[in-house]
Formats: sequence, structure tokens, C-alpha cells
Amino acid sequence: MVTATQSLRPQAGAGAFWRRLVNGDEVARLVTLAFASTVLLIVAVLVFELFRGSAVARHRFGWAFFVTQNWDPVAEQFGALPFIYGTVVTSAVALLIAVPLSLGAAVFLAELAPQRISDACTFLIELLAAVPSVIYGLMAIFTLVPLLRDYVQPFLGKTLGFLPFFQGPSFGAGYLAAGLILAVMICPFIISISREALFGVPREQREAALALGATQWESTWQVVIPHARLGIIGSVFLALARALGETIAVTMVIGNDPSIRASLFAPGYTIAAVLANEFTEATGELYLDSLVELGLVLFLLTMVINALAQLLVVLTSRRGSAHP
Amino acid sequence: MRNRVVLCCKLLIPMALLLGGSLYAKVLINAAGATFPFPIYSKWFEEFPKQEPDVQINYQSIGSGGGIRQLAEGTVDFGASDMPMTDEQISRMKVKPLHFPTVLGGVVPTYNIPGVSQDLKFTPDALAGIFLGKISKWDDPALKSSNPGVALPSAAIIVVHRSDGSGTTFVFTDYLSKVSPAWKQSVGANTSVKWPAGIGAKGNEGVAGYVKQTPNSIGYVELIYAIQNHMGYGSVRNAAGNFVKADLESVTEAAAGAAKSMPDDFRVSITNAPGKRAYPISTFTWLLVPSKIDDPAKKKAITGLLRWMLLGGQKFAGPLGYAPLPKEVVAKEQKAIALVN
Repeated sequence: MVTATQSLRPQAGAGAFWRRLVNGDEVARLVTLAFASTVLLIVAVLVFELFRGSAVARHRFGWAFFVTQNWDPVAEQFGALPFIYGTVVTSAVALLIAVPLSLGAAVFLAELAPQRISDACTFLIELLAAVPSVIYGLMAIFTLVPLLRDYVQPFLGKTLGFLPFFQGPSFGAGYLAAGLILAVMICPFIISISREALFGVPREQREAALALGATQWESTWQVVIPHARLGIIGSVFLALARALGETIAVTMVIGNDPSIRASLFAPGYTIAAVLANEFTEATGELYLDSLVELGLVLFLLTMVINALAQLLVVLTSRRGSAHP
Repeated sequence: MRNRVVLCCKLLIPMALLLGGSLYAKVLINAAGATFPFPIYSKWFEEFPKQEPDVQINYQSIGSGGGIRQLAEGTVDFGASDMPMTDEQISRMKVKPLHFPTVLGGVVPTYNIPGVSQDLKFTPDALAGIFLGKISKWDDPALKSSNPGVALPSAAIIVVHRSDGSGTTFVFTDYLSKVSPAWKQSVGANTSVKWPAGIGAKGNEGVAGYVKQTPNSIGYVELIYAIQNHMGYGSVRNAAGNFVKADLESVTEAAAGAAKSMPDDFRVSITNAPGKRAYPISTFTWLLVPSKIDDPAKKKAITGLLRWMLLGGQKFAGPLGYAPLPKEVVAKEQKAIALVN
């Protein structure tokens, strides 16, 4: 991005600068530059404040904060691992469910469905994206959790109980409930953006594939989807970012228990949930600073995952395919 | 033109003086803290200015921890907390805060056992055992012996506790710490603790919701919440050995029982209080007022508020579900108002 704008900008002297200023180009550049830099400024202030606010906890626990499991406000012992684990596991469950489902839906809406049905469905999907997360949370408490507790989890326990992920008592609330409600919440993002990406594939690409004797499925799978790959990956990572940071809906159904368990039936905890739960009543410097440090950890986690996304995009682009 | 300007000035200046004067006379008091007494505080802070039209009070229910922090930073004129401040917290304050109990609340065990409609009776050991995860079935002898004639099922107990930091949790864990050495040693008392068992739900409504829809579960909620939502709850055996069901009288009784041994700074826990009818899981909630207020107008307003709260204000407590302060405590607090300089 940066290199692109720099190469577009002509090397100009003071006279050219004034001419451009009068024309408005330079004004537009400066104003948009100012807007763009506020984003950087916000990120910088955020990191700085989180870093400064967590000083006591960082000095006290050091790197051990990331790998210890104990979270005991009475004894003032704090470790982030159960929260990191819960955040990653719930997001992973959500992606595992939402990605295939949403991709299938996006392919149908973009490639196979009649225009009117596609538009109507898309309208509804975008409506889902606008539902406040507390509504999803309530829905989860009153319908999803009882459903999981009484039917789904006992069934999974019976059929797949040999796996460590589906063992133990069934409370209803836990990693699985949180992952499922997150999946529902992020589907609209993936569907909506992927559908747009698929629409963006030039008509000639499809026609060429069909002319070569490909069936419609082969054309979609081997030409259209690879071509729209970047948009699809982008949608998945946007959804993942939402899943990592989702607070209220997760807090309501995850069971809020800071321990690490393999079973998806067990109650867990996420970083965003513990912040929402404990921040207001946290007394004592170490406790408060540990919570702020958790905020820093969540920020780092999101950054690492975004970096991985960029890496993935670069790697797949290099392999060379329909996309430039 | 010139005349017009003069006329404008003649009109505007008295108006500005009038406006500025009335704004100046109004004393704006900012306060923040506990969420548990918020309904009664918002009632009080609406009623008090009717007596003292010059005072306006703005209360933000951001949580006890937040109230203490804001008071320490001097961004509010007084704070409010559901747990008394520790010596360490007080030592770090620039101006020493004074504690003033305002009303009382209780915490009650609520449960959902299919087929059991009677009110259960809980001994302290049974409650501690359940929340420690040591009593894991409803037909445990510890529960059966205090509930003869109740058909308790042989089902696993699902424990539901608060996930958000809260004064309710503090009172409940403070009580368990007093009655169970095992609890005190392994868990302790705080607004959030490391729970040995169960799942966490956010807020009274979260706990109540989970208990309502989860068979064989038990949780704890504020007495007010249980009363307002017509929930059933169990009775608890108090220090005198009687099973007491929480209501406004039994909670006030707990405060009266503790009044005799009340320290001068009012920082006292009244869980497991003596008294035949005292409900054992009761608590005060406190206003935290700085012992030195520089602005004389603010000092007058705050001390006036405290005086009114102890006399006229108490009658608003009952209808909102809060237990009023016993007479002994009111008398003691009236003397303590003089400590605000």
C-alpha cells in the first residue's frame, strides 16, 4: 500500500506543491493522511496504555504469566494460560463449524442460486450480522444450552465418547456452547464477504473453464474459488478476529471457570469474558494490573493471528494460480 | 447601531449574572461505587435534593472496586462499597476514608430440584461442602439429616456461582470462610474467588437463569433479587442453631446482633452474627466518605445527606427490599458524622 502511493506521487518542487495545494490534491492528501495516522495513533496509545497499566503484574510474574494456570484473586496469584486456551479453543471450534458452512452457502448464493433468492438471502444474512451479541447470548442461554445439555452432549458422549473432547458431565454451558454461538455469530461475515469475492471473479474465467469442457462444479471449485481466494481468506480472518474478541455472548454460556480441560463439554473461560466479569470489582493493584495484562495478551494474540493470516496470503499468492 | 449594542449588553449582563448565580449556588456532588445498593441510592439521591434544592447528586454504579479506585484518585466526592476497605487500601489513600453503613442486604441459596417443592434447610457444613464440591449428590447424609421427610434425589449437584466480581460473592464467601475452616484455607473471601466447583454465570439474573433451567442445580443470589422475582430459597442455620429464612427482619436482626461488638470505624462483617432470629448471610453496604472535605459547601451537603439518610431516608429501604439499619447502628453513625472535617 505504502509503496504504491509513493510511486504514484510525482517528485515535485515547491512550485508544484503550491499548484497542487491550490488544486486541492495536496489538501486531500494531507487530510486523508491525518485520518490514516489517527488509526496508527490509536493503536500506539492502546499498546502503550496496556503496557503501562500492567506494570505491577509484569514485574511480579514476568513471562510465567503466560504459562501458569492459577487464577486466584484471594491469594493474588494470576496466570493467563486458561484464558488463552479458552479463547483459542472457542474460536477454533467456531471456525471449524462456520468456515465450511459459510463457504458452501456463499458458493450457492454466488454461483448457483437465482439472483432474487440470492439477494433475499443476503439481505437476511446481513441482518444477522447486525444483531447485538447480547441477543445471541440470551438465545444461547435459553435454547442452545438446554438443547446441548439434554440432547446433543449425551448423544455425542455416547457415540464419540472415546475421544477426549466429548467426555465428562454435561452442564450445557462450556467450550462447545461458546464455540457454537460464536459460529452462528461469525457466519454472516464469512458468507457476505465471500459472496462478494466470488461475484468479483470475471465472467470470462468461468466461460473459459466451461469452454474447456469443465462441469459447473469443476469450474467453481478449480477456477472461481481459487480466484476469489484472497477475499475468502480475508473474510475468515475478519470472522476470527470477531470470535477472539467476542465478550458478552461468550461470557453468558462458557461457564466461566478458569481451568484447562480437554473436553468441550467442560466449562472454560476466555480473555474477553474474564475482563468483562472481573474488571469492575477488581480491588488491589496486582489484580487490576493482571487484568490489564490480559488485555495486552489478547492484543498480542490478535496480532499474531493477523500476522499468520498475512503470511498465509503471501504464501498462497506466490504459488501462482489464476490470481495475479 | 450603537444603541442596540448597549441595549443588548444591558439585557445580557443581568441574565448572565442570574444564570451564573444560580449555577454557582448549586452544589454538584459526584459519587460512584457499588451496584448492589443502586436502586435505593438512586431513590435517595433523587429524594434528598427535594429537601435541599441546592444539592445535586450524581451516582454512577460502576462497582465497589471502581468506587474505591475513583475515591483514591479524587475524581468523586464519595464512594460506595459492598465490602469494607482493607487496612492496606486505606493506607494508600491520601485522605483517610470513613465508612458509613447505609442499608443491609442478604444472600440466599436458591436451587432447582425436580420433585422437591419444599424449602430446604441448609446447615453451614452442608453449604460449604456443596460449594467446595465435597458434597456432590443431593441425597448426601449432610442434607438428608437436616431435611427429614424431603425426597431428595440421588442426582449430582450442579453448582452455579457468580462469574462477575461482586459484593454478593464477597458476602457469601466471607460467610463460608467463617463457618468452614476448609473453605477459608483453600478458597477464602473476595469479590471473585477461585471456585473449586461449578459453572459461573454473570449477575444475579445469570445465576437465577441457570438455576431455573438446570435440573439439580444450586446457586446464590441477593435476597432483594429473590424477593422481587418471587423465587424460592432455602433457610440457613445461624450461629444460635436455628434455621432462619432470610427476610428484612432477620437481616436487620443480624446487624443488631453485631452492633454491640461494632468497631468505631464500622468496618465489620456481620455474617454468622449472633442473635436467635439473625440471618447468617447478611451484610452492610457502606458509603466511603473522605474524612477531610475542603469545599465547605460540599462538606455541608455530604454531612447533610448522611444525617438525612440515617433518619428520613431509612423509610425508603423496606419497600425496595433492603433491610433498614437497626437503631443502635443509626445512633452510633450519627455521632460519627462529626468526624468529617
